[in-house]
Amino acid sequence: MSEVDQTRRRMIFRTLQGVTLTAVGGAFWAGFVHENAQAELVLRPPGALAEDDFLATCIRCGLCVADCPYDTLKLGAYGDDVPVGTPFFEPRKVPCYLCEDIPCAAACPTGALDLLSLTDEEGELDVARSRMGVAVVDYNNCIAARGLRCDACVRACPYMGDAIFVDTRRNPRTGKHAMLVPIVDADYCTGCGLCEHACVTEKASIFVLPRDVALGRAGEHYDLPAPNFTPEVPENEI
Amino acid sequence: MKSRLRYVYDHYRFLILRRTLQLGILLLFFGANAWGWSLLVGDLSSSRILNTVPLADPFAVLQLLLAGGALAGQVLVGALIVLVAYALIGRAFCSWVCPVNLITDLAEWVRRRLGFREPPLMYLNRNLRYVVLVMVLVLSLLLSLPVFEFVSPINAAARGVAFGMGMGWALLLAIFLFDLFVVRHGYCGHICPLGAFYSLTTRFRRVRVRHVKDSCTLCGLCFNACPEPHVLGLVGKHDGTVNNPECTNCFRCVEVCDDDALFVSLSGGWSK
Repeated sequence: MSEVDQTRRRMIFRTLQGVTLTAVGGAFWAGFVHENAQAELVLRPPGALAEDDFLATCIRCGLCVADCPYDTLKLGAYGDDVPVGTPFFEPRKVPCYLCEDIPCAAACPTGALDLLSLTDEEGELDVARSRMGVAVVDYNNCIAARGLRCDACVRACPYMGDAIFVDTRRNPRTGKHAMLVPIVDADYCTGCGLCEHACVTEKASIFVLPRDVALGRAGEHYDLPAPNFTPEVPENEI
Repeated sequence: MKSRLRYVYDHYRFLILRRTLQLGILLLFFGANAWGWSLLVGDLSSSRILNTVPLADPFAVLQLLLAGGALAGQVLVGALIVLVAYALIGRAFCSWVCPVNLITDLAEWVRRRLGFREPPLMYLNRNLRYVVLVMVLVLSLLLSLPVFEFVSPINAAARGVAFGMGMGWALLLAIFLFDLFVVRHGYCGHICPLGAFYSLTTRFRRVRVRHVKDSCTLCGLCFNACPEPHVLGLVGKHDGTVNNPECTNCFRCVEVCDDDALFVSLSGGWSK
């Protein structure tokens, strides 16, 4: 065999070694990364892009966490069941207090937290546009729905009357009392979790879920107006 | 007393500076999150100096771009600053900034103290890191995720110090044990794709180690101290600069040399 053939043979073999290692190692690596990136129930800071885009844009620097004045945001560490290095919050521990200057999103160097999505037509920051998640009520455990006089979640909501309101009903058990049933309107709920934080039951009976998880989609062919949940009651009765 | 200080200066000046910088950066990151210091906020993937100058890991940015992230200008500027800085000063990230270097150098120190001279448990090619680098780029593109950022012990360490370690210590312990018992200089010298990345981007660096052959007594101290000893191929053979960009410019060789045969050269250009 000639000298050239030997060199070529070695070159081809070296290349195949590299390709094989890349493929085999890559398969395991891809498996781990794919698993770690699956965190459907993680709540992101205000202005976060859709989860897929967020994971491809967030550089995992923690500037949002460092600039959060309430220590609401935390950075995922190994073992947290959160894609490692990405910001998240757990409202039952510390909710988002919806700072008007939105320091977390302002700190983001990559645009994974998109300040533009939190800006109104006049160019003013509007934290009410945050859609971190949506509050969901477990009526089987909500004590207000059992007839006790509790409106902790409603009072905690910074958008009380829009994002959450009390639906007063007659209590059929006593026949003479009212029930103060909380109702969430997903169109206004920011997912800040102040309600979940305030809920008095042992495990919160109102809690924030990512909107992708909690909300359905009617489909475009239902040409119906959006529901109006807000009960028609005179001002002085609220 | 004076001569002892002189000895420390001659043999450890760069080492002391490196450790000060490595630990100082970690302290600043920690202080920024814990006490609101603003000198250096963030972690090693991206940070901010005095709330004005952005810095970013160009390798992380490259992964995000391959993953399809529509990145804002701030992080791109930060990555460019870091890329240009290391292009001028060489692969100094690895020996002057990276916290994993503290761990792998500790493993090497323990190795020396215990007198481990056993052959490695397995053979790893030093070019493996370039295969890992290609793997990172290909997988980032295919999965639309920055794949090294999911497993990077560098970020696990820096982020862990600043924002909470979680189980990240296990990854760092694994690297320590790997370097200690399995392969000498195993992680930094054979596997790390970030080191490989900086080796590729610092080819034209202006800071190099210079060798003067006539002063060399072939004692071998520099080879023994060097974490990438193959870059010292010229030692004892001819004058010149260390041109292999896998040199991390840690300057341990310069300090351990008792013969004035190795120097830091600030003008080392591509012509030499």
